[in-house]
Amino acid sequence: MPKPFTPKVVTANALLEGDVIYQSTTGWTRDLAQAEVLTDPAHADLREIEAAAQTSHVVGVYLADVALEGTTPVPVHFREAFRAKGPSNYAHGKQEQF
Amino acid sequence: MYHYTDFDAAFLKERNAQFRAQVERRIDGSLTEDEFKPLRLMNGLYLQLHAYMLRVAIPYGTLNSRQMDQLAMIADKYDKGYGHFTTRQNIQYNWPELRDVPDMLDALAEVNMHAIQTSGNTIRNVTADHFAGAAADEVADPRPVAELIRQWSTDHPEFQFLPRKFKVAVTGSAADRAVIKAHDIGLRIVKQGDEIGYEVIIGGGLGRTPMIGKVLYDFVPQADLLPTLEAIVSVYNLLGRRDNKYKARIKITVHENGIQDIRARVEDRLKLIRPQFGGIDQQMLARIEADFAAPTFLKGYLEPYHNAYAQDPVFRSWADTNLSAHRNPDYAIVSISLKAHGKTPGDATSRQMRLMAALAKRYGHDELRISHEQNVILPHVHKGDVPSVYYALKAEGLGTANIGLISDIIACPGMDYCALATARSIPIAQEIATRFEALKLEHDIGPLKIKISGCINACGHHHVGHIGILGLDRAGVENYQITLGGDGTEDAQIGERAGPGFSADQIVPAIERIVAAYLALRTDPSETFLTAYRRLGLAPFKAALYPEAQANAA
Repeated sequence: MPKPFTPKVVTANALLEGDVIYQSTTGWTRDLAQAEVLTDPAHADLREIEAAAQTSHVVGVYLADVALEGTTPVPVHFREAFRAKGPSNYAHGKQEQF
Repeated sequence: MYHYTDFDAAFLKERNAQFRAQVERRIDGSLTEDEFKPLRLMNGLYLQLHAYMLRVAIPYGTLNSRQMDQLAMIADKYDKGYGHFTTRQNIQYNWPELRDVPDMLDALAEVNMHAIQTSGNTIRNVTADHFAGAAADEVADPRPVAELIRQWSTDHPEFQFLPRKFKVAVTGSAADRAVIKAHDIGLRIVKQGDEIGYEVIIGGGLGRTPMIGKVLYDFVPQADLLPTLEAIVSVYNLLGRRDNKYKARIKITVHENGIQDIRARVEDRLKLIRPQFGGIDQQMLARIEADFAAPTFLKGYLEPYHNAYAQDPVFRSWADTNLSAHRNPDYAIVSISLKAHGKTPGDATSRQMRLMAALAKRYGHDELRISHEQNVILPHVHKGDVPSVYYALKAEGLGTANIGLISDIIACPGMDYCALATARSIPIAQEIATRFEALKLEHDIGPLKIKISGCINACGHHHVGHIGILGLDRAGVENYQITLGGDGTEDAQIGERAGPGFSADQIVPAIERIVAAYLALRTDPSETFLTAYRRLGLAPFKAALYPEAQANAA
């Protein structure tokens, strides 16, 4: 039996700031909570390809696993948790904003 | 201190203008990321987890006050008011924006600094003993030859696309403070009679396959050094494996082919290229050596030092820990700890940078050094001025008396910043330091080097830590492996893996158990951790680390 598909978001870094960004239904967001959650593998691949084509805005596009708390995506892996929050030694990065 | 020539300044200006245009072409869409990435890496610009990171070379770890002030200015203007000093004597800015980087590079060029070859498969920043030019045990100052190697290797047309990165370190002392045996090439200045030459060690390195370097030559005369280096890198460039990234470093080339085979190849190559070195490099070295002439040491009163030492126990503790013997008996080498308990190892705020610059200017013959152990050194301070330096440092959080002790921890940035990391390093270092500070044990424990890496690449030198910690990702959870008995000095040794790893909340208690075992087992307080480990071996420490395994076996 195939493994169930883990929901995903499309993520990357912004070209100019280098900041972590996520694809939303209307463009890009810096807040994981606003990201578009992809539950269908074929649709996820398509959205990743669309994102990767935007080479003058984003760098390093990939699909990251998320879990859902209600309808809100949260990171599965600790690496994605740090990307979504910022470093643990200073209150810099996203934790300053969100 | 090396002074840039017109040629150096013009070269850097042109290079920075080229990179500015490359950034503009990336932003306007003319360059794709695939095209731009090698260009930015050649100029020290990485894209990390949360932001870009600019890695700036501090050649052989030497700075003057003007340069340190400029690093502080850059931290304030383009970053978040601090910088991170690394194990390769670089400074990293963790938060620059792409548009600002060309301006940052221009600001660096104003003070004869750059970020060239701080990344990529090239010869990286040449590192040296941080006590160079000051140490009491030195044969000769290693910095002139390090500068010569920097000039030779910068933009060297043959060596811009090596199989993998290539790191060179130089020391001028028998006591190795530059970890030369864990470098692709390690050089030690030695004397044969009155003649100065170099012991050449190759094939050392940490990372996935840690290896201690092997002696290629006991003695290479000064005039033959650059041709010999060129021959070595040239042999590696052709022979080094490009089919497998993990086997591409020279340590594997040496290991697979054997040191004798490599020596024969180097000698063949040397015969071919030696005539091309007509002595100009030696003329350049002579000019560079003049730039590194020792300062004019002052005669002065030593009473302020003796009085402070007699009257202030806090000063005494710091002086006993953070001062080292200078070749002039009236002077001291001051190590400034960037390891205040609970702070990030190697980080300095712009305020702290400015203070260190001001102290160097006023009391330190305008010289500063960055150590591979992520501290800052004032190499030439008259002992009479040491109390003034100490009280000023203390007021800015720079007076921690822990050099060489358990809280003087090397830690790579780990997963808090690094895109390659598999686990965090910084919080582990912070917790260990805070814990042993609370126990008030670290001066009793004595010399003990803990080194932490957040991935197998070993930027935190964990293999040569007396206690090494390696952070890994085990099924989506941070896990920390311990190695014991490593040593990065002239007696270099790769640590032994102690056993299964520990979770993030179990690693500090595990370290405590090792230290408690050492305190119980040492013959007396003069037997250091490393000496005790060498006497006793892994077994008693392993028993302390894994008490449940002992219980099960019983």
